[in-house]
Amino acid sequence: MTAPTTEIEDEPADWASVRGGVGDRIFYGLALGAGCVILAALAGVFVFLAIKGASGFSKPSEVYGPHAESFLGYVFPLLVGTFTASIIALIIAVPMAFGIALVISHYAPRWIATPVAYVIDLLAAVPSVVYGLWGAFFLAKQLVPMHVWLHDTFGSWPVLGALFGEPNPAGRSVLTAGIVLAIMILPIITAITREVFSRTPRLHEEAALALGATRWEMIRMTVFPYAKSGMVSAVMLGLGRALGETMAVTMVLSVGFDLSWNIIATSSPTSIAANIALKYKERSADMLNVLVATGLVLFLVTFLVNFVARWIIGRSERRMAR
Amino acid sequence: MTMLQESPDRVHISLIQPRLPQFAALIIAGIAAALGLLLLVLGTGLVPAVLIGALVFLVALPLWSFFIEGRRGATDRLMTSLIWTTFFIALVPLVSLLWRVIAKGAGRIDGTFLSYSFFKTQIDQPVGIYHAIIGTLLVTLGAAVISVPIGVMAAIYLVEYGKKNKLAKAITFLVDVMTGIPSIVAGLFAFALFTLIFGPAYVSGFGGSVALSLLMIPIVVRATEEMLRLVPDDLREAAYALGTPKWKTIVKIVVPTSLGGILTGITLATSRVIGETAPLLLIAGATDRTNMNLFDGAMTTLPVLIYGQNLRGDEAAEAIAWGAAFVLILIVMVLNLVARIVGKIFAPKKN
Repeated sequence: MTAPTTEIEDEPADWASVRGGVGDRIFYGLALGAGCVILAALAGVFVFLAIKGASGFSKPSEVYGPHAESFLGYVFPLLVGTFTASIIALIIAVPMAFGIALVISHYAPRWIATPVAYVIDLLAAVPSVVYGLWGAFFLAKQLVPMHVWLHDTFGSWPVLGALFGEPNPAGRSVLTAGIVLAIMILPIITAITREVFSRTPRLHEEAALALGATRWEMIRMTVFPYAKSGMVSAVMLGLGRALGETMAVTMVLSVGFDLSWNIIATSSPTSIAANIALKYKERSADMLNVLVATGLVLFLVTFLVNFVARWIIGRSERRMAR
Repeated sequence: MTMLQESPDRVHISLIQPRLPQFAALIIAGIAAALGLLLLVLGTGLVPAVLIGALVFLVALPLWSFFIEGRRGATDRLMTSLIWTTFFIALVPLVSLLWRVIAKGAGRIDGTFLSYSFFKTQIDQPVGIYHAIIGTLLVTLGAAVISVPIGVMAAIYLVEYGKKNKLAKAITFLVDVMTGIPSIVAGLFAFALFTLIFGPAYVSGFGGSVALSLLMIPIVVRATEEMLRLVPDDLREAAYALGTPKWKTIVKIVVPTSLGGILTGITLATSRVIGETAPLLLIAGATDRTNMNLFDGAMTTLPVLIYGQNLRGDEAAEAIAWGAAFVLILIVMVLNLVARIVGKIFAPKKN
């Protein structure tokens, strides 16, 4: 910390030139350059994917394989697969994440809340490939009885029956992939909702309690309205994460091309990301272009989802700042 | 679990609603646990026993409360139990996963496993994951070397120079959006970039580093930015008052003050990308040999090795996969621990 003083003592005559001097301009240039590199990188992702993938949108129909004739026909089942797994993950993860966030922010005393938050962060630290390994070798087998039970119980019901058709004998269904995805997106949703829950004004909460509200009524009347936009954007960010997650789906799901409502089926369409990971080895130039094109579609979809989520957060922050 | 403010010995007058005794939740929990244990002894298996026990608790407590405290009290108790339940459900996969990795993986670890690669020079040579450990370390190091200067400098621009101008706002927003880029898209980007420049058959560890840095930069920027904003303006003004140029103020005053937080952020970002699989699958490839050259030839990393063994699917491959997963989790956990310790050591002193 003493260094600046000695520097100045060394060359007292140069103060004026040092202040607006070369060092400052170089450093400013470096900082600005780093900022621009980030912009360029993001633009670069789009540009390079577009260059490499542009021809993938309109290849001769035999390139798209036995199950599709055009790019649209190729990418549509993959999009369906991507969204099915992600939505299952959201349905499981969102209530859980809100619950855990409430435990941390409002229910647990501080000495419990801190380790609880740490445990949830640990979930985020586990590499995705390890989740895949666990899902494929352990969880899938454990869930076989549940698959059978779901099919036996709900299989003949009018609407639910469509969801629970013939079960996968190894448990490697979209449902299992969705459960693994749910565990993976739980930490991010929890982290954001926890943050907005704890920002509820203390006075609102105390006013509700003073009027005789129970703790749940207090949360429903003060915390949820205040945190609404934060909760929505947390769900969107979780969705973005789930859409792009590769390994869990690649390793857990047994892949097929049957478009159906059956979420415990033997062969369901895989997700875009998983499809890329499975097919990249073919390395035929045409197929690679198609894969990059599907990657571009995935990029745009997740970009849109994240964009909307961040926009909601930004808007609510501006509103609160006022 | 219950937060009853009333002591049981207080005399109830009619104005105060009747409430359950303070230990009501404990009683019901005890009954539910006993019932679960009974079912377990009767041989229903662990999962149904736990499920039924939990269900009994979730139904019985609100029901009791409903008859004593009324509808609102019952709702409150039901929601309290449900909210706590979510936490315990979330523990199940974490514990199961860690237990699985330790039980299956720890036994596979020995000197041979850590010091041999897959490449055999003799037919009966043992195999190990040395090549993947080296690959992981090199690729991640490469990613850190790219992302740390860019990330930290960009954060400095945002905090020290940007001051909410349009460019800074755009960068902040796009960094946020960038945190959501799917890892496979980062891999495709590196793949498209390098194959366009070096021809279609290009694979190298460096390509993997570029892909990973795309995922790492936003985390570094966010962490650094947050830390720099915590530095009080008094410090900067004191330095300016001594005639220190702005860049020297930043390098010698602002950054050292927030160094702990920045290092923590960098370590956490590293631990986040070290387990990435998908981008490396595309651009870094896989090999059986130990490759020390980041810029030439395929380079196996631990996650890719785990994925490859999972594809093979036989008994020996599965054992190697669990062993490698154990090593990988160990590295990630150690990095997380280091991040916490560094954060504690360099934490700015509070008055």
